[in-house]
Amino acid sequence: MAHALNRRRRVADTVLTVVFSLVSLVYVYPLVMVLVNSFKRKAYISRAPFALPTDKMFGGLTNYTNGIELTNFFNAMVYSFVITVLSVFLILLCTSMCAWFISRVQTKTTRAVYLLCIFSMVVPFQMVMFTLSKVANVMGFNTPWTIPVIYLGFGAGLAVFMFTGYMKACPIAIEESAMIDGCKPLRTFFSVVLPILQPTYISTGILETMWIWNDYLLPYLVLDLKRFKTIPIAVQYLKGGYGSVDMGAMMAVLVLAIVPIIVFYLLCQKYIVSGVMAGAVKG
Amino acid sequence: MQRYIKSYWPVFVLPTMLAFAIGFLIPFVMGLYLSFCDFTTISNATFVGFANYVKAFADATSDFGHALWFTALFAAISTVLINLFGLAIALLLVRGFRGTNLFRTVFFMPNLIGGIVLGWLWQVILNGVLANYGVTLVTNEWYGFWGLMIVMLWQQAGYMMIIYISGLQSIPEELTEAAAIDGATGWQTLTRVKLPMIMPSITICTFLTLTNGFKLFDQNLALTNGMPSNRSQLLALNIYHTFYGRTGWAGAGQAKAVVFCLIVVGIALLQLRLTRSKEVQQ
Repeated sequence: MAHALNRRRRVADTVLTVVFSLVSLVYVYPLVMVLVNSFKRKAYISRAPFALPTDKMFGGLTNYTNGIELTNFFNAMVYSFVITVLSVFLILLCTSMCAWFISRVQTKTTRAVYLLCIFSMVVPFQMVMFTLSKVANVMGFNTPWTIPVIYLGFGAGLAVFMFTGYMKACPIAIEESAMIDGCKPLRTFFSVVLPILQPTYISTGILETMWIWNDYLLPYLVLDLKRFKTIPIAVQYLKGGYGSVDMGAMMAVLVLAIVPIIVFYLLCQKYIVSGVMAGAVKG
Repeated sequence: MQRYIKSYWPVFVLPTMLAFAIGFLIPFVMGLYLSFCDFTTISNATFVGFANYVKAFADATSDFGHALWFTALFAAISTVLINLFGLAIALLLVRGFRGTNLFRTVFFMPNLIGGIVLGWLWQVILNGVLANYGVTLVTNEWYGFWGLMIVMLWQQAGYMMIIYISGLQSIPEELTEAAAIDGATGWQTLTRVKLPMIMPSITICTFLTLTNGFKLFDQNLALTNGMPSNRSQLLALNIYHTFYGRTGWAGAGQAKAVVFCLIVVGIALLQLRLTRSKEVQQ
């Protein structure tokens, strides 16, 4: 009987593999379709979106050259990259130090800081978008090199929350012995606490990267758009003022926007998945 | 040790707090205040009491009341669908058949792609399908509604799947084994053992999808931009258009934003209470 059960289970598993393969194909299909359409002449994209680019429809790389030219795509990519890297670095460094302080020094003030951080996680961006963009403009946070300060401010909540959550579970004894041995707080933080926090750095870094790289409205309202556009802004700009869209260029730009993300995902998949899990358990 | 560290607050806490003040606290307080003011820029604000709130709800051009229930409906339906789908995939994938890892990778992937990119990508596909029936995404608001639903289901089911998988994997094997020995059917094991044990994951996922549904902006902007005539606007886009699409409506826009904020904070508080009361002790 055990044998029969095993057999049934194996058959069920094979069926599942087949079913899931089909579902996966459906899942990946939208991405494949954009890729295929990006090689079609633009007139055929809306007319025959599901057809393969046969000889009459085949547009070669014109969509790509058009799209890159219209959006200044590689500039946008560089700005997206600069903003993401600087912001994530700044957030990780500053909020981990802040989180260590407020979880080791327990006063009414640090408690208030913690609660404010939690509160800021919940507040939707629309609540502050108008005033934030004015403040940022007046204070000069409208370039890729200064906007990380805004990201630190608006993204501090989640990061502080993640770090304090981990630190509560961390034994305090190692830090104490370091201090007794004569380490100053800064040294203690950088040579004792920071290495212990490594998993949280990775998971928080992943979550913040996913947010900032894809963020549209904040940079759209804060950045000086005449000089700087990020990838999402460049994509949305293709639409232009009159609602007419060069669909060919759009497809090409979408492909260019998606490829780096997929490469990044396949390289760091392990960390991304565990980052999401860690974030969810705390969130 | 506390007192020793305490004197170092300018190094540890000050940078974050300064940025926090600039990036969140000051704009938040100003926004709250401005919702009671008439203004075009911040410097010319005059206090008008609740006039903006009255104006916001009486707005006929971009119907705020419509956006409110449209968003609530969207958030509710998307929460149910995304969680059912995510949980179903998770339950099957934890069985561990051939290809599980690959499937997990595929289902999670759409999450990393930003809302604007996703919106445009799906616009082409959905309009391509709808063209066969002589309609488009903006023929009426319900095409946009269900189109957005498909996009969100595709994007978020994988995220919830990951959370459910980690929940399911943390169920001790003794429990499911004991249930099997007692003669429980698959369905009974699911509803009496597994689901109660992953209650924390269910709470997290439910509220995550609910708030995501309420806060949805990018996909809405790229897919339909609220067309036709603002009927497929969700709350966030409605507020954005009120601010930046019309002159003289900044005050009403800020008032709408405060109402929006109250709704989202209310949902979060509800979550906090439920999470604390409903979890099963192991």
